[in-house]
Amino acid sequence: MLRFIARRTLLAVPSLLGLLIITFVMIRLVPADPAAALAGDNATPEQVAQIRAQYGLDQPLPVQFLKYLSDVARFDFGDSVYSSRPVAIDIVQRLPATLELTFAALFLATALGIPLGVVAALNHNRWPDFVLRIVSIGGVALATFWIAIMFQLLFAMKLDWLPLRGRSSVGISFAGGPTGFLMLDALLKGRLDVFWDAFRHLVLPALTLSLGGIATITRFTRAGVLDTMQKDFVTYERAVGYPHRRLVWVYVLRNSVVASVTQIGLLFGSLIAGAVVVESIFDWPGLGSYTVNAILTADFKVMLAVTLLVGVIYAAVNILTDIVHGLIDPRLRDQA
Amino acid sequence: MTAPPVLDVADLRVSIRGDEGIAKILDHISFRLERGRILGIVGESGCGKSTLIKSVLGILSSGARIERGEIRFEGENLLAMGDKRLNREIRGSRIGFIPQDPYLALNPVFTVGAQLLEIMRWHAPKSVRNHREHLIALLRRVQLPDPEAALDRYPHQFSGGQRQRLVIAGALACAPTLIVADEPTTALDVTTQGQILVLLRELVEEFGLSMLFVTHDLGVVAELCDDLCVIYAGQSVETGPTVQVLREPAHPYTRALLACHPDRSEHFTGIPGLVPSPLKAPPGCRFAPRCTSARPACPERPPHYVAAGQGHAVDCILHEGSGA
Repeated sequence: MLRFIARRTLLAVPSLLGLLIITFVMIRLVPADPAAALAGDNATPEQVAQIRAQYGLDQPLPVQFLKYLSDVARFDFGDSVYSSRPVAIDIVQRLPATLELTFAALFLATALGIPLGVVAALNHNRWPDFVLRIVSIGGVALATFWIAIMFQLLFAMKLDWLPLRGRSSVGISFAGGPTGFLMLDALLKGRLDVFWDAFRHLVLPALTLSLGGIATITRFTRAGVLDTMQKDFVTYERAVGYPHRRLVWVYVLRNSVVASVTQIGLLFGSLIAGAVVVESIFDWPGLGSYTVNAILTADFKVMLAVTLLVGVIYAAVNILTDIVHGLIDPRLRDQA
Repeated sequence: MTAPPVLDVADLRVSIRGDEGIAKILDHISFRLERGRILGIVGESGCGKSTLIKSVLGILSSGARIERGEIRFEGENLLAMGDKRLNREIRGSRIGFIPQDPYLALNPVFTVGAQLLEIMRWHAPKSVRNHREHLIALLRRVQLPDPEAALDRYPHQFSGGQRQRLVIAGALACAPTLIVADEPTTALDVTTQGQILVLLRELVEEFGLSMLFVTHDLGVVAELCDDLCVIYAGQSVETGPTVQVLREPAHPYTRALLACHPDRSEHFTGIPGLVPSPLKAPPGCRFAPRCTSARPACPERPPHYVAAGQGHAVDCILHEGSGA
């Protein structure tokens, strides 16, 4: 198993190197001159040239690339134009909020998608299956921003069950904790009021973000279970009298979730992307809203850092997905 | 009073509803399996052997329906028994099952120990205290090398013959009286096949079992089975003691089948014509269109056995009124 993990991890190295090269080239291809953007609208050509020299943008490309690599290795992404603080610090402060949101959405998508998929498969071509198919097509097809606004209208404005926006209520004083995950920190410090408040704030954005994922995982689990039910070993397990429920939820499901796990891995990437929209609408102080600001103000250092970060997270999640595959299916372990 | 046969299937008819209509997969299947004996069910691919096995075990797919007949196991009609009771008391407990291809029949993502112990968890008799030890003893009996370590391994880590021994142990695990074996040697090479047949014979005597052995291979039947029942296109055409049926086959299909067997004929021969589709099968004998001795009444004659000797019965118009 350790060899398997090491192999999968090594396979991620070329992808990350590719990501570094592409981001480097892209910054140089953008029609906007970053030096001119930094210098501002009223800068003289001399000032632009000075900034160019200051940032090393007048050096030959290979030299620039090496400097880029050493900067990245030291997590030195420079200062954000927008917040005038080091980009790395901004990110470290905002990343936990985004991760909290995406993990919550991922949890919802998995916890609801897998059982719904099994139920749909067991009722193949009967009404629960039809309902779930229609709902899951809807979950993929409806625009996130529209659902987000509808949720806000219904649950926050009309019914007043849940807060409209933000990550915590005004008037709650909480210094934060070691992890940056608000709910976790609140629990660690025994502040149940803060935990409950944070939870209520999390529900709507996480639910909005998870809808597409619930739909995807439901569909893949349904297809996986339907496929597995045709296998000879299911006939055997019925013939030797396995109880029906255990047969489905343990023996069939473990074979079927391989495809779902792949989807959960891919989903994580799209959740981080989707968080940009959801965070903007719900005013969630995470990386998404930060990135939107960066794009609007052509803050290329922030864009670069966020792109690299998302790339690294994506690669990490893929390694994790492979490891989970190996844990589920012993045949994969033996191949590696 | 004599004990009822272990398995008594009478006039079984099973149909499957498909896109093209209702197909009578089985039409008049009748045979008896007496205690302590091995009954071979012989038929070509597609004659309904697996439907028959699924009917006995009560695991037919949802499109299939038993239209007629009885399946009596130790005197009790299984068809009248609810699925819950079948699952609790019959499948895996009193009837053990040996699948055709154990590589496909074992779940690839669980250890074989987990899978075989799962059967025991629900079906082992109370007298068996330690399931694991009991299973290891059985695995040793079926000559699986290193049985303790085997339980923690996965199906793909065994050879074909070893996997077959694993599922044989699984079938024996809960002290059944009847074993249903679905072509258990088809996926094996000839040497291993021979070893498994010897093992099955030994086990039947040692554990006092009865066995329903389904196969397409007359050679295997001749070697292993006490009795046999020949099936053609979903109809049981002839049944009796193996020695007698092979020596004096009464049904034209059995004769044709024996003539095809490479041990018995010098030239390669076949049976002219094709197996009829169960969608358009005639109500009478399904072999009539290919039969060299067919009479005009054959396609309409309702299937039923006629005696052809001691314990030997045949479903054919030619033997009607010929005594018995």
